[in-house]
Amino acid sequence: MAAGVETTTMGLDHRKLGMWTFLGSEFLFFGAFVSAYLLYLDTTAGGPGVEIFDIPFTSISSFVLLMSSLTMVLAHHAHAQGDLRRMRLWILATAGQGAVFLGGQVFEFNVFVREGLTISESPFASSFYVLTGFHGMHVFVGILLLMSVYVLSLIGKIKPTQHVKTEMIGLYWHFVDIVWVVIFTVVYLIPEIAVLE
Amino acid sequence: MSSSTVEKSGFSGRPKGESGIGAWLTTTDHKKIGIMYFFTVLVFFALGGAESGLIRAQLAQAEQNLLTEEIYNQVFTMHGITMVFLVVMPLSAAFFNYLIPLMIGARDVAFPRLNAFSYWVYLFGGIFLYSSFLLGGAPNGSWVGYAPLSTDAVSNMAFYAAGLNIVGVSSLAAAINFIVTILNMRAPGMTFMRMPVFIWMSLVTNFLLLFALPIIAVALFMLNADAVFGAQFFEPGTGGDPVLYQHLFWLFGHPEVYIMILPAMGIVSEILPVGARKPLFGYAAVVFAGAAIGFIGFGVWAHHMFTSAIGPVARSAFALSTMFIAVPTGIKIFNWVFTMWGGKLRFTTPMLFSIGFISMFTIGGLSGVTHAIVPHNAQQHDTYYVVAHFHYVLFGGALFGLIGGVYYWFPKVTGKLMSEKLGKVHFWTWLLGFNLTFGPMHMSGLLGQPRRTAVLPGELGGTVEIYNLLSSLGVVVLTVSALVFLFNLIASIKGGVPSGNDPWDARTLEWLTPSPTPYENFPIIPTVTHRDEFWHRKYAEDDAGKAIPVPAGAAEDHDADAEPEHIHMPDPSYWPLVQTLGFFPFGYGLVYGNFWLIGIGLAWLVIGLYGWIIEPLAEGDDDDPVDEPARPGARAGAH
Repeated sequence: MAAGVETTTMGLDHRKLGMWTFLGSEFLFFGAFVSAYLLYLDTTAGGPGVEIFDIPFTSISSFVLLMSSLTMVLAHHAHAQGDLRRMRLWILATAGQGAVFLGGQVFEFNVFVREGLTISESPFASSFYVLTGFHGMHVFVGILLLMSVYVLSLIGKIKPTQHVKTEMIGLYWHFVDIVWVVIFTVVYLIPEIAVLE
Repeated sequence: MSSSTVEKSGFSGRPKGESGIGAWLTTTDHKKIGIMYFFTVLVFFALGGAESGLIRAQLAQAEQNLLTEEIYNQVFTMHGITMVFLVVMPLSAAFFNYLIPLMIGARDVAFPRLNAFSYWVYLFGGIFLYSSFLLGGAPNGSWVGYAPLSTDAVSNMAFYAAGLNIVGVSSLAAAINFIVTILNMRAPGMTFMRMPVFIWMSLVTNFLLLFALPIIAVALFMLNADAVFGAQFFEPGTGGDPVLYQHLFWLFGHPEVYIMILPAMGIVSEILPVGARKPLFGYAAVVFAGAAIGFIGFGVWAHHMFTSAIGPVARSAFALSTMFIAVPTGIKIFNWVFTMWGGKLRFTTPMLFSIGFISMFTIGGLSGVTHAIVPHNAQQHDTYYVVAHFHYVLFGGALFGLIGGVYYWFPKVTGKLMSEKLGKVHFWTWLLGFNLTFGPMHMSGLLGQPRRTAVLPGELGGTVEIYNLLSSLGVVVLTVSALVFLFNLIASIKGGVPSGNDPWDARTLEWLTPSPTPYENFPIIPTVTHRDEFWHRKYAEDDAGKAIPVPAGAAEDHDADAEPEHIHMPDPSYWPLVQTLGFFPFGYGLVYGNFWLIGIGLAWLVIGLYGWIIEPLAEGDDDDPVDEPARPGARAGAH
């Protein structure tokens, strides 16, 4: 907390330790939703089930989201070197890819609803929408954070020396990506393959 | 204090309030926030107590109808929610706030504004829950909120789902804050095994909160979605599984039990060595047992569900793990007993409450072990025996320990002593009233009296009626006792006897500073060389191992050459208060399914966050301090 204190007991910045702690909590949040989804995989009440997923489409949007982790790393790298201009460029790229992913999710939800998979359709539908919806909300928050870094660095509130701020957003962003890796595998891929066999 | 505010241009100024109501509304000082938690808890405790009075009045005689069934359901539900989420948990938070920085030798918590945020979210979450009484009725599906009853609109449980999620945000933010504080802000030399046991128990508790809260959040979001937005999570009609709700709730709910009891165990572990003038017996074992409780606490939840459809394998496994968790708890009880054994006991009020804690908690622990036995459990399920059990651990346990802590640290906070005479009256009436209220419930429960039933059935017979009458009389005693406590508290704040800096001849760092605690906590951050650091600064040992006082003044840190430390204290801020108001529209939006309100609430929270980010910092940013030359690597912490 104190600017005058040079070291912390664990040798790790408070904010980074706080972010790690928070992410530890977030894993259980998504873990509980994923468990509920797996429980309700076949509970479709006669409505659409996992066969509704469009794997090629979601694969592409997943790929875009995963690539955003790369640009996030590049943004932090640029900031660590004190290059705010390049940092902002990569931040925009990251946020842009996040937005593409979100757009894909909105599109996908619209298609599903038109095909009869509404949140009230079945426990399967409820758990699918609430799980992926909460993930989408996390991506949205991430985009908000990225754009805040962008604007705050423009007006001079984030300085070239303060790359720990970019690093924090990066931690969060990578977490959201990792969770998506789990969701894409467990929610989309494995059940779909199981249905095809 | 002088270092707290420096002018700097920016989007808005920061409040300077050093006195008056503004100082409290904008404070980021962990001591003030702790005090605010305490007084807010008193208000909610009065409300929860009044609800318990109504319950006991209704059940004083068989076939009585003072309250309608509808009102009775609301009252017992709100009693449970209030006592768990608005009294015991935040009372622990009051102690965490006030004591954690002091006991580890720090000047504040890691994130002071987040700390203020936690308090305001707690307060507004409580107000939000209670506003349900004015908006068509309070939640009435009990504090566990089992679906599908709770997803029915008549149960008002949307308020429960949204309200507990708001209060949960408060606890989650506080948990992150305290974990980082304990891990990262210890004074030089304060290794893990030199930390006071209260700090250890706080660390375990906050990790439990960190991992248990997201799970209840999921359960509550699902409940909310079912009740308001038409989701089908727990709707048996479309194949939804109500047992899933029970699993999620108790996966949080059982760690929650330890979240409530561990802070009290930590407090008792501080009071007993001081009262017995001996170091804690088996420090390492007590710490290990506390951590073990934290781990095993996540593996016993289904013993709340032995009568649900979980199958014989799960029943056996959870019966075993439940018996297991009695082991670390037993270790702690023996350690406390051996701490007192052979000590020079002083029966001060904090000490009496600690001994009361051990004995009452042991009774509750023993009746708890009977729940692990599956057939026994099936007999007891949903009877008053269970009510007796958890009141023995949470009232006789947690609350006794926490009240002991209030008496023990009152001089630290105010510089005055609470009246010992009134304290002893309080203790003995509290003990009597408590046992009179909850002791007979063991019997009435075993005789078959069901929980959560608005009218005491006459056919249970006269014996059960007498037990219920005794319980209701006990509440009268408890009410008188609580008033004695309240009077003692107010009178001692106004005109208590000055306590001096170290009234109990204590052992831990918080007593190293003057009482009441100065604004910056420690003029010089102490360097720790021992467990029970303060005791070792006061006493040396002779050859026989007897404690010899060292000369006066030797307890202080002296270093003539040392430059005066640069003391940096967190600035006050409006934003935690302003931002958290956004939880009201957000919460009501969730209850009424109104996306406009949800949107307004979320936008408010985000805008508040921006205010928080861009408000000027008196001494510059952490990574970029104003009054000191920027040094590479000097990046420690956040405001």
